[in-house]
Amino acid sequence: MTAPPTPAAPDTGERRPVLEATGIRKQFPGVLALDGVALRLHPGEVHALMGENGAGKSTLIKVLTGVHAADEGTLLVDGRPGTFADPLQAQQAGISTVYQEVNLCPNLSVAENILIGREPRRFGLVDWKAVKRRAAELLTELDLDLDVSSPLGSHSLAVQQLVAIVRAVDVSAKVLVLDEPTSSLDRDEVAQLFSLVRRLRDRGVAILFVTHFLDQVFELCDRVTVLRNGRLEGEYTIGELTPVTLVQHMIGGELATLEELSEQAHEEAAERVAGEPLVQARALGRKGSVEPYDLDIHAGEVIGLAGLLGSGRTEAARLLFGADSADTGQVTVDGKAVSLRSPRHAVAHKIAFCSENRKTEGVFGELTIRENIVLALQAARGWTRPISRAKQEELTRRWIEALDIRPANPEAQLRNLSGGNQQKVLLARWLLTEPRLLILDEPTRGIDVGAKAEIQKLVARLAADGTAVLFVSAELEEVLRLSHRVAVLRDHRMVATLVNDDSVTPDRILATIATGADS
Amino acid sequence: MTNPPDRSARTGRPGAPTGAVPGAVLKRLAGHRLLWPSLVLLALLLGNLAFTHDFFDIRVQDGHLYGSLIDILQFGAPLILVALGMTMVIATRGIDLSVGSTVAIAGALACEHIAGSADPGSAGTVLGAVAVALGVAVVLGLCNGLLVARLGVQPIVATLILMVAGRGVAQLITDGQIITVRSEGYHLIGGGYWLTFPFAVLLAGAVVALTAFVTRRSALGLLIESVGGNPAAGRLAGIRAAGLLTLVYVFCALCAAVAGLMISSNVQSADGNNAGLWIELDAILAVVIGGTALTGGRFSLGGTVLGALIIQTLSTTVYTLGVPPQTTLVFKAFVVVVVCLVQSPVFRAKMSRRRGRPHTRSTGTADAVGRQQEVRA
Repeated sequence: MTAPPTPAAPDTGERRPVLEATGIRKQFPGVLALDGVALRLHPGEVHALMGENGAGKSTLIKVLTGVHAADEGTLLVDGRPGTFADPLQAQQAGISTVYQEVNLCPNLSVAENILIGREPRRFGLVDWKAVKRRAAELLTELDLDLDVSSPLGSHSLAVQQLVAIVRAVDVSAKVLVLDEPTSSLDRDEVAQLFSLVRRLRDRGVAILFVTHFLDQVFELCDRVTVLRNGRLEGEYTIGELTPVTLVQHMIGGELATLEELSEQAHEEAAERVAGEPLVQARALGRKGSVEPYDLDIHAGEVIGLAGLLGSGRTEAARLLFGADSADTGQVTVDGKAVSLRSPRHAVAHKIAFCSENRKTEGVFGELTIRENIVLALQAARGWTRPISRAKQEELTRRWIEALDIRPANPEAQLRNLSGGNQQKVLLARWLLTEPRLLILDEPTRGIDVGAKAEIQKLVARLAADGTAVLFVSAELEEVLRLSHRVAVLRDHRMVATLVNDDSVTPDRILATIATGADS
Repeated sequence: MTNPPDRSARTGRPGAPTGAVPGAVLKRLAGHRLLWPSLVLLALLLGNLAFTHDFFDIRVQDGHLYGSLIDILQFGAPLILVALGMTMVIATRGIDLSVGSTVAIAGALACEHIAGSADPGSAGTVLGAVAVALGVAVVLGLCNGLLVARLGVQPIVATLILMVAGRGVAQLITDGQIITVRSEGYHLIGGGYWLTFPFAVLLAGAVVALTAFVTRRSALGLLIESVGGNPAAGRLAGIRAAGLLTLVYVFCALCAAVAGLMISSNVQSADGNNAGLWIELDAILAVVIGGTALTGGRFSLGGTVLGALIIQTLSTTVYTLGVPPQTTLVFKAFVVVVVCLVQSPVFRAKMSRRRGRPHTRSTGTADAVGRQQEVRA
């Protein structure tokens, strides 16, 4: 099973893998996450770990880094058997990880975050001057210009991610695991990260790179291991793959036909915009997060919010749900003025919102899929009018089927689901409330091509059925594929609203972002 | 000293074959979250049996049930109630330190009312006393709830205010004296019998059953677990957290007030200084032993009842073993530490690893052999 058809065999013969896992099996309650998975990492290579949501990528990483213990299988580090009881032991063995969600302390300074646990000491006490000096050195080496005494939380998610990588690098890793490191970075930051990764590779570090961006795999990686449904699909050198064959390995055949969506969106752009708006925002704004903006949203229309990270996309969307309260402006629904003081009021007006922070603001990890799905509807009804258990189960079964949520077990704990499946549960929760306006903030971030296509198709279908959708995404291609109109934000200001016909291209949007005006 | 935990290891084994009929049942039992609290309680009870041979005896006398087990239930009833309210608060990620003071205030108010009335024995007087105590408890709960839910004060701070001030209020009500009352009707609540059972046990059982029914049959339990498990996500899902939190603190205060009535009724007096002293800590401990995490979210009412019974059994054990008064607290603390360690998955994993593979394997196979023989028989 593991025998790869690699022409690079002589290469592997020379050098022993620094990390070799075979026959890894991991069972969670109700989910068989990994079943006989193998992975080999050689020094001085960038190795991509690919697979759809729920394929077992995150679980495999957690097994390699000591977060979970495998039920079966062997782990060899430098040819010696190694099992890690906790992440610290894995770190001591030279395996460092940077996770998708930044796992640092936002209340501590950048310097403290980089060196926490390994602070330089003097006379047994922490030498704070040396901490700052060392942290500053590390950052300069990597061309990062940051105030090391500023609290980490004061920086954007992207910068926090880079700090996390700096920290992991400084632990002097033999193996560096990067789990979705680029999902919240902009282009320049990605380039910065890649140059760093290449430098580390040349120093002989083995890098395991998990991403959903295919082009990044081809740009950076030497070898690819593909997982599918918790099993090893195969190991390939990058030379024997094309983007199409890679996707085929990942999803096992049929390639999503997303082009149709795009065609449709373009054709219907004009007609969807006609008529009375469903939701109308006038001079809606909040000090410090987004300047007052006007926006008309029509039933059956998809509006994309485009802009760079930190341009106010998310903030603008949150105001329409009352997730943050606006301090200026007015929102009308069906022409009637409404007050969106809190999410509850927005829900009462049939507005729904999926946050970009799935883990902290979306799902309840401890609860089951069923409980997560019925929650918004139940909250709207109040606790005195419970949805009967039979009804809950029926609704859950229906949505598990409709969105292909895996595992299809309503009583599985949500924390055991992959990111994409958690996102689907979140969508199901809101679709159950039959929203008239659905606000989706980065619904496809950190999830794989298959689930991404499914969610995009779902958005198109919802709009066709008359739901208005506000779609926030960092990926311009995705925004343009789905939207009938695109609102562009720049520096917390909505600078343009474009009807998405054939004249709108990513370049035109980028130009609008760059210049602050539609040319 | 180490007897109770030692016994638990030994007594755990004869218990196994009883469930060994189909393997699946055993497996489900082993994974059940009430398993460890149940085993600990069983071990404590059996430990007592070793020292007091009539420990499990229950006899009927004058139409009333008597026995050590009945005593544990009766004296444990107030703690069960306080811990019940505490469970709901802790499930929302909060904590209520003021329950001990509420216990004292409720008892003081009721006794004051009865002592001041012309006919202390009449049903009207007793009901009036109960109503006054519960009414004030609602106000106290509202104070806590509003501080936490509306003003955003941290629960530990918000309830600390009432914990300190409440003792003073109780003393003001009793004028710093111990009020003694003679009222048969009032005595029923904490010390009387009804249908051969101690009334306090029936009352606590009814409140637990009602709470379980309401939280699990309505959506209250789910919403509380959501708010406690992830407050930010709860807000975005449109849950009215403020209302829920207030409700939970009022419920907790009511439970504490009923417990306060039981305690003062049992001794037919109100002591503003000592009634319910430190009961908040026993209640928190009971909740945690029962498997509800202090970080909020999932709660277990059954676990809390078991936890409260474990603590009460421990207190009874201290008396029946004749532990010298000056070492009572140390003994209790020691057993609690052992109980917590036994329940900790981390500790259990460490112990089984440290004991080494050969040992665990040998006991494992011995167990398996025993089970096979059992099945064949």
